[in-house]
Amino acid sequence: MTLQTFLFYVTALLTGVSALGVVVTQNIVRAATWLLFTLAGVAGIFFLLREEFVGATQLLVYVGGTLVLVVFGVMLTAQGPFINMKTSAAEWAISTAVGLLLYTVLALSVLASGPLATAPEGTGEITSASQLGLSLLGVKTGSINSYLLPFEIVSVHLLVVLIGAAYLARAKRRRGAAS
Amino acid sequence: MSGQIELTHCLLLGALLFVCGAVCMATKRNAIGVLMGVELVLNGATVNLVAFAHFNPAFAVEGQVFALFVIVMAAAEAAIALAIVLNFYNNHMTVDVDTAEELKG
Amino acid sequence: MFTYLFKEVIPLPEDIAATLMAIIQGSILVGFVALSAVFFIWLERKVAGRIQDRLGPTRVGGKFGWLQTIADGMKLLVKEDLIPGDADQMLFRLGPYIAFCGAFLAFVALPFGNGVVARNLDIGIFFMLAVMSTEVFGIILAGYGSGSKWSLFGGMREAAQMVSYEVPMAICVLVPVIVAGTMNLNTFGQQQTGMAWNWYIFHDPFTFLAFWTYFTCATASCKRAPFDLAEAESELVAGFHTEYSGLRWSFFFMAEYGAMFAVSGIAVVLFLGGWNTGLVPFKDLTDWFGELLGSKVAGWWLGNLINVAVFIAKAWVLVFVMMWVRWTLPRLRIDQVMMTCLKYLLPLSCFLLMGVSLWQVAVNPYLPGLNYVLTGAAVLVVGWLTFKIWTTQSEMPVAGAFDLRNVPAPKFDFVRKS
Repeated sequence: MTLQTFLFYVTALLTGVSALGVVVTQNIVRAATWLLFTLAGVAGIFFLLREEFVGATQLLVYVGGTLVLVVFGVMLTAQGPFINMKTSAAEWAISTAVGLLLYTVLALSVLASGPLATAPEGTGEITSASQLGLSLLGVKTGSINSYLLPFEIVSVHLLVVLIGAAYLARAKRRRGAAS
Repeated sequence: MSGQIELTHCLLLGALLFVCGAVCMATKRNAIGVLMGVELVLNGATVNLVAFAHFNPAFAVEGQVFALFVIVMAAAEAAIALAIVLNFYNNHMTVDVDTAEELKG
Repeated sequence: MFTYLFKEVIPLPEDIAATLMAIIQGSILVGFVALSAVFFIWLERKVAGRIQDRLGPTRVGGKFGWLQTIADGMKLLVKEDLIPGDADQMLFRLGPYIAFCGAFLAFVALPFGNGVVARNLDIGIFFMLAVMSTEVFGIILAGYGSGSKWSLFGGMREAAQMVSYEVPMAICVLVPVIVAGTMNLNTFGQQQTGMAWNWYIFHDPFTFLAFWTYFTCATASCKRAPFDLAEAESELVAGFHTEYSGLRWSFFFMAEYGAMFAVSGIAVVLFLGGWNTGLVPFKDLTDWFGELLGSKVAGWWLGNLINVAVFIAKAWVLVFVMMWVRWTLPRLRIDQVMMTCLKYLLPLSCFLLMGVSLWQVAVNPYLPGLNYVLTGAAVLVVGWLTFKIWTTQSEMPVAGAFDLRNVPAPKFDFVRKS
């Protein structure tokens, strides 16, 4: 076992345990903390796979942006100091069973697809961030396709989301307080 | 066991994240908890995409581009979902998803 | 950096060598961050003292009180570690560590000299911004987990402020990235060798303005005054770390001073020539010393020692400016802080980004030598300021100058005129 695989297994284990923590915990901010570890672990796996740009984007957008947003949402909608979400035992039983079943199906299908799972030998070459950027800007280099149109759609979509979220969440008089 | 990270293991991790997210979405009553489940599911998809990008040279750029799109979309989705949750909270004074039953026929 | 040592001097298996290198580099970086925090805390107190016309710490360690921080650290170590009863234990404990990890991880990609970097990432600057953005989560956890209103308010303010200021900061970082055409911080340094007019701050007017905008945003994202609303003593006791004591509290300070050095280091590499002195007209100091001494290894060591010293000195100057600003300017209000970011800094940084793109395409090829003019102007301004400060006599109070008998009696008009 090389250092890289060892680190991969450790990171994957931590990521999986944190993901389970998100499901199991009853406190919503603790769930956000477990989610932080999951996302950071996934970013660590991206770094181990040498896909550094995606890893850094994951950290910047998810941890620095989305997760802070989620905790903000928790704080704005909290009634008490520490919110607990209760799930009944029967629900736990059903969801555990369904989850295990789903995971078994997925794992079996992954393990069954033999030829897909063999890593080709040519994994040494690393696509650089500039190659990625060029393909997003529509410059075709070699066999790499251009992704200008999806990129534009995503940018316009982000703008729409920005306006929409600001419109939806703008301050207005609370209806429950009046009636 | 070879000295390399294997594609199968990445896919198994992605599947684990996906299942955790799905169960989280199903069991949590809090709307923000459901949102966290969605994030987990999307992260499982990202792990798979990046794994394919790493192990298959034909998808080297494609996988990363799609992983980036998924991350950006997840951020957009979280922003809109939180705005909706805030609106819901303003109208119902709770974020329990079971109370959203006004449209029930 | 130690590849040579472990590959050629001591032949080791690759994995063990990599692990050893990681441990050595990690220890050096942790030691550096901790030691610079110790130095900065002492410096902060001295600067504060001098600006407020007092001496600052003078007793511990003989002259200048230079052991003051060590004494403070000993006190913090033996202090009772208190966790409030209302706190969420797990979040309360995790907060400081997450904040410190975020600030510390950024150093992994920061080059201290030519190739003196723990991990020479292709996307170094992006990586640094990304890991530094995780610091805010530790602060939110601390604010929320403390179970105290002051902490919660501090944490909320901090989160809103840091997330907002990250946007103009990242856009300002893009300005020199467009000029350099790379995100690799080591390449940034190599591109700015030679005299000071090769520095990117003097490249064109937009990078010049971008430096100041970046520095403002960086000050705010390190929650330094005048943007330290998260810990505004006059309003929130101490903000998010109200309930912390002892070692956990000091972790927040290590994170803060680490982040200060990290953002200053980014500014130095992106705008101020990195490890280059800016005073020598030849290419690389290591090669030059190598030829002078006739030994490549000795030249490498001597050149890089000077490089690292120059880099650290430049970053320290920027940190000193942050302290100077902190003790000079009054604190803003929280709405003013947010307005500064969203209404002024964000449009300004967007304008700079568009401006520098246009400049690179349309103006730069036809206007060579502008960097000499900008450098000259900057040298003139700095020289003039130094001259003014040097020649200004401080008006020391002379005995009798403030004698009340010399002050004309105020004319109080007690009868209200109607």
